[in-house]
Amino acid sequence: MLILTCPYCGTAADETELHPGGEAHVVRAGPEADEDTFEAYLFQRANPRGVHFERWRHSHGCGKWFHAARDTLTMQVHGTYPAQVTEPPQDILDAIEEARAR
Amino acid sequence: MKHYSAFAIAREALRNHTGWQRAWRDAQPKSRYDVVIVGAGGHGLATAYHLGKNHGITNVAVIEKGWLGGGNTGRNTTIIRSNYLQDPSAAIYEKSRALYETMSQDLNYNVMFSPRGVMMLAQTEHEVRGYKRTAHANGLQGVQTEFISPKRVKERCPIIELKGPRYPVLGALWQPRAGTARHDAVAWGYARACSNMGMDIIQQCEVTGIRSEGGRVTGVSTSKGEIDCGKLCMVVAGHSGRLAEMAGFRLPVESVALQALVSEPIKPCMDVVVMANTVHGYMSQSDKGEMVIGGGADGYNNYTQRGSFHHIEETVRALIETFPMISRLKMLRQWGGIVDMTGDRSPIISKTPLENCFINCGWGTGGFKAIPGSGWATAEMVANGTPGPLAEAFGLERFREGRFIDESVAAGVAH
Ligand SMILES: Cc1cc2nc3c(=O)[nH]c(=O)nc-3n(C[C@H](O)[C@H](O)[C@H](O)COP(=O)(O)OP(=O)(O)OC[C@H]3O[C@@H](n4cnc5c(N)ncnc54)[C@H](O)[C@@H]3O)c2cc1C
Ligand SMILES: [Zn+2]
Repeated sequence: MLILTCPYCGTAADETELHPGGEAHVVRAGPEADEDTFEAYLFQRANPRGVHFERWRHSHGCGKWFHAARDTLTMQVHGTYPAQVTEPPQDILDAIEEARAR
Repeated sequence: MKHYSAFAIAREALRNHTGWQRAWRDAQPKSRYDVVIVGAGGHGLATAYHLGKNHGITNVAVIEKGWLGGGNTGRNTTIIRSNYLQDPSAAIYEKSRALYETMSQDLNYNVMFSPRGVMMLAQTEHEVRGYKRTAHANGLQGVQTEFISPKRVKERCPIIELKGPRYPVLGALWQPRAGTARHDAVAWGYARACSNMGMDIIQQCEVTGIRSEGGRVTGVSTSKGEIDCGKLCMVVAGHSGRLAEMAGFRLPVESVALQALVSEPIKPCMDVVVMANTVHGYMSQSDKGEMVIGGGADGYNNYTQRGSFHHIEETVRALIETFPMISRLKMLRQWGGIVDMTGDRSPIISKTPLENCFINCGWGTGGFKAIPGSGWATAEMVANGTPGPLAEAFGLERFREGRFIDESVAAGVAH
C-alpha cells in the first residue's frame, strides 16, 4: 500500500484515503496559446519510468491538494510538498539526488 | 518449418516425440532491416505477420527486451469482444474478432479461440439505457449484440445471483460470438509464422536509443548493437512514453498498473464471460478450471507490474456479491501489467513527427482482443506510409483536433 504524508495535516495517509490527480506543475495554457501549446497542456503527459512529480488530494482527510515526488519504478517516495508552488522545492530535489547517489 | 496436424501428432506419438522442431528461430540481429518493429507483444508480432502476409515485406525484425509475449500480451485475461459504441472502434475490434475466428487455421497454430459469448451486466438504470444504446449502435455497425433480460442472464449463467445486495442484475448486453483465446498461443503462433516467412524475432534485446537524421529515423541502438532500418514501428504498450522520448516527441499516454488473479481450479461452472462494470469486476473460467478474474486499474503512474491491493479487495468483494459460490475459493496467483492509457481510452495507430517512424499504442486495458485487427491496420500504415481506413481515425492528431473516440463512457471498466 502506498503511503503519503499530507504536508498540511501531517497524516501519513494510505492511498485509499487519497485521490490521485496526475502530473504536477502542468502549466495552464491561456486563450492566446497556439494549438501545440494547448494540445500539450490538455493531453501530453510526462510518463517517466523514474521520478514523477504528481498531484494528490487528501480526499478522506483534510481535503486539500498537495504534491508528491514518487519513483514509478521503485515506488520510493522522495517527499511531499504543498500545492502552491510551480516547481519542486529544493529539499525535494536534494532528496532525489541523494537517493540517486546511494 | 514442419506443419502441425493431427497426422503429425500421430507420427510423433509413434517415435517418442523426437521429431518436433523449434517453433521459431532464435535470431541474432543483422545490421539492417527494411522494417524494425520494437516490442514482441501481440500487436508487434501481428504487425510483422501482416507486413509479410498482406504486403510481401519480409525483411523485418521484431525486437523484444524481455521474452516474447512477456508484456501485457502474456498477462491479460483474454477477453475478446467487439461491442464498442463508436464506429471506428466497432470497425477495428470487429475486424479483429473476425480474424480470431480463423486465426488457428491461418497460423497453423491452435490459439484456442473460444467464442463462448460475453455478457456485460446492467446493474443500474443508467447502464440499462447505455447498453440498449450500444446494442442499437452495434446493429447499425453490423456487430451482432443483443440486450437480454435477467431471466436469460440466469439461463446463460446459472451461478449468478440476480438480486445482489447492492446492485441487482437488470439485464445484460450479450455478444454471442465474443469469447476468449489462449494469450501465449497468440504470441507464439504469430512468432512461428513470422519466423517461417524469414523474419527475425530477437529476444533479450532492449532498444536504448533511436538514431535520426533530417526528420527520418536511420536506426536503433540496442543492447545487442546498432541496427539500421528503413522504417521503424514502436509497439511497446506501457513503455511507449520512453520510446517516444528517445525519438524526441511526447505522447498523450500514461502508464498504470492493471491487475488480474486466478483461483484454484474447480469443476466447470460457467461457460460464458461475465463482466460487471458498475461494481468493477469480471470473471470467466479457463480450460484448466481456474476462475480468471480482472478488476480496476490504478489511478496513478506506475511501472512496477504489481498494483495496489485494495483493487483486488474491491474486485473480489464485487464478484462475491454477483457470484456467491466463489466466496470460499482460494486464489492462486495475482499479477499486474503496465497498461498505456490515453485520454479518450482509445488506441493510437499513427504516423509520428519523424517521417518513417510509426507508432501503435494506447490499447490500455483492452488490447488483447484487438491484436489481429490492429496488426492488419498497422502493417497497412507501415507498408503504404499512411494509415488505411481501419486506422485513420486513430491518429495522434485527433487530440489536437478534438476528434476523440470516446470509449471511456462506453466501456467504463478495464478489460
Ligand atoms: C491484467 C490485465 C488484464 C487484461 N485483460 C484484457 C482482456 O481481458 N481483454 C483484452 O482485450 N485486453 C486485456 N488487457 C490489455 C492487453 O493485455 C493489452 O492491451 C495488449 O496485450 C497489449 O499488447 P501489446 O503488444 O501492445 O503490448 P505488450 O504485450 O505489453 O508488448 C510490448 C512489448 O514491448 C517490449 N518493450 C518495451 N520496451 C522495449 C524496449 N525499449 N526495447 C524492446 N522491447 C521493449 C515489452 O517487453 C513488451 O513485451 C489486459 C491487460 C492486463 C495488464
Ligand atoms: Zn491532509
